[in-house]
Amino acid sequence: MMPTDLADLVAAAKGGDRPAFDELVRATYAEAYTLAYRLTGNEEDARDVVQDAYLRAYKGLKRFRGDASFSTWLYRITANCASTHLARRSRDRHEDLADDDTLVDQRPEIDPELRADISAERSRLTEALQSLPPDMRAVVVLRDVYDLPHEAIAAELGITEGAAKVRLHRARRRLRERLFPLRGELREGDGEENVRAV
Amino acid sequence: MQCDQIAELLPQVVDHHERADASVVRHVDSCLRCQAELAQYRKLLRALHQLRTEVLEPAPGMLPAILARLESAGERGAVRSLLSGRRAAYVGGLAVATAAAGAAGAIVLAGRGRRKMRVA
Repeated sequence: MMPTDLADLVAAAKGGDRPAFDELVRATYAEAYTLAYRLTGNEEDARDVVQDAYLRAYKGLKRFRGDASFSTWLYRITANCASTHLARRSRDRHEDLADDDTLVDQRPEIDPELRADISAERSRLTEALQSLPPDMRAVVVLRDVYDLPHEAIAAELGITEGAAKVRLHRARRRLRERLFPLRGELREGDGEENVRAV
Repeated sequence: MQCDQIAELLPQVVDHHERADASVVRHVDSCLRCQAELAQYRKLLRALHQLRTEVLEPAPGMLPAILARLESAGERGAVRSLLSGRRAAYVGGLAVATAAAGAAGAIVLAGRGRRKMRVA
């Protein structure tokens, strides 16, 4: 009988059972894709990142000790692949993925459904996240959405723990200013008008 | 401390307000503006945490693409391991042949040496 629990699948896959690893992929790829999409900001990059991540997970499965859950381990690999991918893309295309870039989910097949289902606040939050520079977005997504420890985030992004914390605090500040501006703070797109939200 | 200084610390204080520096806690507890800002950070963190439950739907071709790439990587790995196995067998065979040739040479030399001694 095919094991269905993730831990059983991991154990079977570590023993060389390839169908068990395929089953692991089926069980987790949507979540891995969601993380990759949040980190990269577009579908094409997210797809590449997820493929790289599973390939690395497959090759490195014997090193997975089970200290954390398989999902957490996969998130770390995905974060690392996304970081590498974005750095490479930035070098290759000489793109300036700077503060002003706004990466918004524009997939026609996803947009209408999502926009119909999710609340306006969630939609605004997603857009605000996509408006962050990739290095800030990565840290805040991994810490505040996926709850990874600072140490793991720093390791996967190739930065110090201190740098990870500084990026996190800057990212939170930007998101707060954009989503919940205080008296006297300008909100993006509001021109010179002061927003009196509090 | 001034509100501007406190504002710089709030994105980090929001994680553990109770463990923050006493002077920061005192200021926040007595300042409505900073309390409001801290409340907004808390709201932001709650909203971010709730995003965790949202799973996007990948494009239909993604799963087959991942599995195909794994399959291809598995095949490449198998070929590599086969080739490295053959290489090992080749090197091993060469070593055995060399050792055998060396041993045969030594026996021949030893035989000649004994013959010379007998003649003498």
